Amino acid sequence: MSAALPGTAAEREWVRHTPEQRILRFGFYFVCVAAVVWSLKTIEIIPEFLYDAPAQLKDFFVRMWPMDAAYYPKSVHGALIETLNIATLGTLICLAFALPVGILSARNLVPFWPINLAAKFVLVASRSVNTLVWALLFIGIFGPGALAGTMAIAFRSVGFVGKLFGEALEESHRGPVEALTATGASKASIFLKGYWPQVKPAFWSIALFRWDINVRESAVLGLVGAGGIGMAMDTAMNLFRWDQVAVVLSAVFVVVIAAEVAVTLIRRRLI
Amino acid sequence: MHQSPAPSPQPRAPTHRAFPTHWPARIGWILLAIYVVWAVGQLDVTWARFAAGIDNAAKFLGRMFPPDAGGDKWESLLIGMKESLQITFIATLLGIALSLPIGLMAARNLMPAWVVWPARGLIAVSRSFHEVVVAIIFVKAVGFGAIAGIGALVIGSIGFVSKLFAEAIEEINPKQVEAIRATGASFMSVVLFGVLPQVFSRFLGFATYQFDSNLRHSTMIGIVGAGGIGGTLFAAFQRFDYDFVCAILIAIIALIMLGEVLSSFVRALFTENLSVIEWFRRRFGQTEPERRDRALGAMEGS
Repeated sequence: MSAALPGTAAEREWVRHTPEQRILRFGFYFVCVAAVVWSLKTIEIIPEFLYDAPAQLKDFFVRMWPMDAAYYPKSVHGALIETLNIATLGTLICLAFALPVGILSARNLVPFWPINLAAKFVLVASRSVNTLVWALLFIGIFGPGALAGTMAIAFRSVGFVGKLFGEALEESHRGPVEALTATGASKASIFLKGYWPQVKPAFWSIALFRWDINVRESAVLGLVGAGGIGMAMDTAMNLFRWDQVAVVLSAVFVVVIAAEVAVTLIRRRLI
Repeated sequence: MHQSPAPSPQPRAPTHRAFPTHWPARIGWILLAIYVVWAVGQLDVTWARFAAGIDNAAKFLGRMFPPDAGGDKWESLLIGMKESLQITFIATLLGIALSLPIGLMAARNLMPAWVVWPARGLIAVSRSFHEVVVAIIFVKAVGFGAIAGIGALVIGSIGFVSKLFAEAIEEINPKQVEAIRATGASFMSVVLFGVLPQVFSRFLGFATYQFDSNLRHSTMIGIVGAGGIGGTLFAAFQRFDYDFVCAILIAIIALIMLGEVLSSFVRALFTENLSVIEWFRRRFGQTEPERRDRALGAMEGS
């Protein structure tokens, strides 16, 4: 933390950081500034586009109003339900994968590190690919539609849920586990009655949190053709029907807020 | 010695089971099962389609490998990655700079209600739309290109960083704030010396996390025309140029992992005061448990 310089008490001077730490911090700030300056200098911005941005934005909002309310029952309602189905089914599929992979990644449950490493690799691979990219891949496999979207949500979520679940398992107390081991309980009983009650609240709150994120993410899947409300938005945008886009955006807004409120309420009951 | 065996105690009916049936949970599971059956029907998921998909997957993967970025493809890959990086740097700086005041305004323990609620409303609106949706709006406002992407990521950063920053400020210890206030310090001094030192390390965590998140999103917003490698990726995908798609994906994943390593180093530098040698020793340790920890640590991400 601090560098205590040698010498008598009188000459000793308290310095907060060692010279190396100071150089590193300075280097960090320098790199940050350099990166931003480089970006600002080289980025391609077309100034003509910026001059009329206020006018364009005004035009955007003017054309959004009044909203085309008739579009809601026609195209939005069904797509909205589909979005929720994609998010929910995707989360459920992800839980089915994340439970075993999370267990394999926990060092205290599986004390064999090559397996931990393989499980962690699966989790990292799942997280490093964006939901939209997973969607593109699954469209290549299953063709456009909600099935591709559901699988994309599931594959992206495995990494998130599995990682947090594995960490929760690693943090669980050894007491109940040792007590069960002493009774000669089977491995399955030790997991079910020793670990699971400890990590259950964490598991459900992770799952709910991910469901909330997935509702948000599944709303954009349609832009690449993976089903849900994004398809309705894409259609309306391609036709420049901004009054219909406004309906879609409001519907997404309401659903996202409702999902967040629902998650908060359920979490309060569960934990 | 004969003694009639003591009458064995009649097994009493158990009055309390160790693990009683939890009926609400059981009903919940049944409802969930019914929902799954209904939803799967809605999504038109059939086994035939799934089986055909497995066939397609083999063809699809076959066309993705080996990845190819030769000739002018390499050029467009580099241009896209460069633009993604530029968007990330500028958007992270602007987003964090704007999140500081907004987060401060949304902290209920420092600000009056008439400041808190507008700030919270702003945060709620920025949080509720996905970056890609915000990017669509910006593309309409400022046209195609990087500037729309920067706008979208700034909004996303405000939503995430200021919310967590406000929550961190609400959890601070009020004693230090009171102490500074008692000296007659101005409001700015209270914030600078009473509040910020307490939340700095958490703020750094949010900021580096947001940098990672912006890096991820900057590679995607190009799908709607907001600049960066995403546009190149989507174009290649629509041309069925799958080996180039694969090359782009590898480049994106490498960039994101590099970003995660960098931000973990910055966090270690500021919150644990780690020196370079210490950090390397932790990551690339020599003893067997150290090597194992290093291998596992390399897998940790966001």
